[in-house]
Amino acid sequence: MCLAIPVQVESLLDNDEALVDIGGLKKRISLALVDDVCVGDYVILHVGYALSKIDEDEALRTLELFDQMQALQEELGASLESDGSGD
Amino acid sequence: MKYIDEFRNGDYAAEVARRIHAEADPERRYRFMEFCGGHTHTLFRYGIPDLLPANVKMIHGPGCPVCVLPMARIDAAIELAVRHQVVLCSYGDMLRVPGAHRTSLQKAKSQGADVRMLYSPADALRIALENPQRQVVFFAIGFETTTPPTAAVLLKAQELKLRNFSVFCNHVLTPPAITGILEPAQQAGERIIEGLVGPGHVSVITGGGAYDSLARRYRTPIVIAGFEPLDILHSILLLVRQCNAGRYDVENQYSRAVTASGNAKAQSMAARTMTLRDSFEWRGLGWMPHSALRIRPEFADYDAERRFELSPSEARENKACECPAVLRGAKAPTDCKLFATVCTPDNPIGACMVSSEGACAAHYSYGHTR
Repeated sequence: MCLAIPVQVESLLDNDEALVDIGGLKKRISLALVDDVCVGDYVILHVGYALSKIDEDEALRTLELFDQMQALQEELGASLESDGSGD
Repeated sequence: MKYIDEFRNGDYAAEVARRIHAEADPERRYRFMEFCGGHTHTLFRYGIPDLLPANVKMIHGPGCPVCVLPMARIDAAIELAVRHQVVLCSYGDMLRVPGAHRTSLQKAKSQGADVRMLYSPADALRIALENPQRQVVFFAIGFETTTPPTAAVLLKAQELKLRNFSVFCNHVLTPPAITGILEPAQQAGERIIEGLVGPGHVSVITGGGAYDSLARRYRTPIVIAGFEPLDILHSILLLVRQCNAGRYDVENQYSRAVTASGNAKAQSMAARTMTLRDSFEWRGLGWMPHSALRIRPEFADYDAERRFELSPSEARENKACECPAVLRGAKAPTDCKLFATVCTPDNPIGACMVSSEGACAAHYSYGHTR
């Protein structure tokens, strides 16, 4: 029951509600707990209520971190390989 | 879907796992408790324990609301449905949890009680509006995540002046549960975990700041984590780094959803409708002070505990069931004699096997049987 998921807001409805898309399924949810939600925003959905918006910049920042981690590993791997071939 | 696929990227995951192997000191042990049942679910679903070095172990904590609710409260819900003949509305995974004498809400339903499974508390309100001649009770359970939606329906019920709707409130709080796990060990001068994977969706509401004093008091690093496999691996890496550096800070890995102060609107709605209980019983952790919420006196008309007379429960836990020890992280599901023999998801004896977020169900479902 505690599982919450990110969903995208497709349209805003009356009574502080919104229509969201959950893997192709359209569902009506409540926006009573969050302010300033716009069409296109991602929100965390739990028991029919949006709990918060997902901050796109923060999501991208975390993903960038992983990119950098992997890039560094690839560089290290490449330099090890080139060291090896030089012997 | 956006923000799911990226955080399930296998290349990234392999890289983060490599980092954990490289940075975990083979001379040390790292026992990390994931507080939240949602994290337990992800750990098993993606086989994360298999990616970790042998000296990095995950221990399952008490963060499944279905699992921590004691039998007495389940018996009270059954009593509401059977003796008081209300329409009892409950989240689905609560229906199969055994109360006293192996009864459950599901069995009560099969014997004629009007028990309805719902997805959202808003549905309970709708049922009350559609059935003005019936008393409708919402069986509210859950941590800080699930509390604001209950608050929202209490406020709505008051606004609509509903006379046939009430809430049986069983909302519980995360910080006291963490204290309940760490305090006895501290008192005994022992260390049972080196770090805590902090709850993600609870923190969406409470904010990361809610754990600062716990991290300091128990000198235990806490990393608030998202629920995708990469989030959890990354959080484990951050915990390893804190342990190696001798730090015990609260770090927020789930910054795309969690802020330091949380959702102020949701907090305020919960505070308007609910207040601390002096004490509340938890399965596995016993009676803990200021660990749960009750409905405020101003909303007494919507409080099922005031509206209906409930008998004291005679519930006795099955002595062979190790759920209490599993919830405290003191035992693994496989340490229980009943696990995967008598107790299975089809015939759950204890709550940890009922809920999909329970440690026993997660072990069982993802092939970690004996």
